[in-house]
Amino acid sequence: MAAITGARRRREPLPVWRWVVLILAAVFFLLPLIVALRFAGLKAFGSVISQSGFTSSLGLSVRLAVITTVITIALMLPTTVYVHLRLPGLRRLLEGITILPIVIPPVVLIVGVLQIAPGSLKSTSYLLALEYVVLAMPFAYRAIDAGLRALDLKTIVEASSSLGASWSSTLLRVLLPNLTTALLSAVVLTVALVLGEYTMASLALYQTFPVWIYVNSQTSGQVSVAASLLSLFVTWLFLMAITMAGTRRSRKTGGGSVTLFTVARQETRGN
Amino acid sequence: MDQTVEAPGSRSDPGALGSGPDAAPRPRPALTVPGALGWLRRITGIVPFGVYATLGLLVPMIAVAVGAFQNSSGGFTFSNVSAAAHGIYLHGFWQSIILSVLTSILPGIFGLLIAYAIFTAKRGAVLRQVAITASGVFANFGGVPLAFLFISSLGSTGLITQWLKDVGLDIYSHGFNLYSLAGVVVVYMYFQIPLMVLVILPALEGLRPAWREAAENLGARTWDYWRHMAGPVLLPSFLGCVLLLFGSALSAYATAEALTNGTIPLTAIQIGSFLNGNVSAGQENIGKALGLGMVVIIAIAMLIYVALQRRAAKWLR
Repeated sequence: MAAITGARRRREPLPVWRWVVLILAAVFFLLPLIVALRFAGLKAFGSVISQSGFTSSLGLSVRLAVITTVITIALMLPTTVYVHLRLPGLRRLLEGITILPIVIPPVVLIVGVLQIAPGSLKSTSYLLALEYVVLAMPFAYRAIDAGLRALDLKTIVEASSSLGASWSSTLLRVLLPNLTTALLSAVVLTVALVLGEYTMASLALYQTFPVWIYVNSQTSGQVSVAASLLSLFVTWLFLMAITMAGTRRSRKTGGGSVTLFTVARQETRGN
Repeated sequence: MDQTVEAPGSRSDPGALGSGPDAAPRPRPALTVPGALGWLRRITGIVPFGVYATLGLLVPMIAVAVGAFQNSSGGFTFSNVSAAAHGIYLHGFWQSIILSVLTSILPGIFGLLIAYAIFTAKRGAVLRQVAITASGVFANFGGVPLAFLFISSLGSTGLITQWLKDVGLDIYSHGFNLYSLAGVVVVYMYFQIPLMVLVILPALEGLRPAWREAAENLGARTWDYWRHMAGPVLLPSFLGCVLLLFGSALSAYATAEALTNGTIPLTAIQIGSFLNGNVSAGQENIGKALGLGMVVIIAIAMLIYVALQRRAAKWLR
């Protein structure tokens, strides 16, 4: 890292443009927040929590986040590891399939889902969680894929199996600890996605937290702005907590730093 | 560019883990029975994913595509598609495309600038961590809450609007309207710029400081560095990120709905209104035709992206 900062110091005599860019960005992103905070007033925050439906909708969102994350990881981790190890020729295909949920608008996807889903599934909250897994696939795949690329997978797996470990114990006891940062960023992205998703939830008639905010907005402007800010802070707290926990963990195990899209190995960066 | 390091090829090593007794090394089997069996065995590992993707993604999309060509009694018809290509629906497509182009290119440029400012900052580690976390939050902060944030600040009675009026600048009399297309563009920037920062930062990490140093030692000016080194490295990622932003803007639904209440016809909102039941008899499947249209638009955008990639590769050589 010392080499990097040394190199940078030399080539930036007047970083005025950087300050201009960063200050403008800060104004654009922070000013609406501050203004909204003033508009809502502190009292509104108290009344948000006592509104009817607040706890149940937040509870539903958190439950969906947990279910979605568990299914996503359980599905994507073994698949990605397996493809890396045994079917590297299919990596392109998997990449192609997992890009689809990003490019297909959720509003289109939910039209098809509601058309084909059996009624028994529609009446439970699982349908939404099952579809959120599809939406989370791209991020989970990319995070795990980046984590696997940063490992010397073949050597690790060979060492493990030459010591007599089975496939499942290799996966759980050797690969998993090496992939904590990658999994963490997959979890962060999935949780953020589920907590903020509105389109599918509202069209499938679930009252998740974002849907509740919208429905509730008809009654009081101030309360709904307060609820909006609250949802921003809640998501932010979630992400901060998960990222910090992960960075601390990975420092212990010698892994890379957690960023939200890729996992960069510290020791190889900046040559 | 650590992320692009290929994992060591393990194609030649089928017996490495979890191997059954018959998983002996065999290079690219011809069409023999044991060869086919071995291939089937290896494929089983991705069956759960395959089934999930088929049921959760492929089948619904097929249902949309088929439904677009069905009338309400299930017979074949072109009337949905033709309705989707005329009148307010055609207008909706154009508005959606204009909005998505604006809100992918502008945030693309601003996002790249911000990401570069963060990336090259002295003592950047803390700034970078804060910026990445904040970007993660803001990029996911779409929808209704975002609309309220802007209504309370830049709406016709919003606080910023009032402040500006107090200092003598009435933005609403100068043609700005939060509930118009221009307003939606401003609001979309709020999640599109952070999204750009998030997705372009890994590409920036591929720019090694040593390259810049080497270029400077060889006498390159800033422009030469960008034209011959950073540009060629970044341009493919930049185009890919802009495509991602385009898709994100096109499918954004909640923000526009909360902001405009349907005053701007956008295709995503029109599809939503079909699901909400605001539809007269015999027209149920127009929503599916609109959905098909959106998928076609995305497909065209991807084709343009591939063509640009090719041209960029040639131009930059």
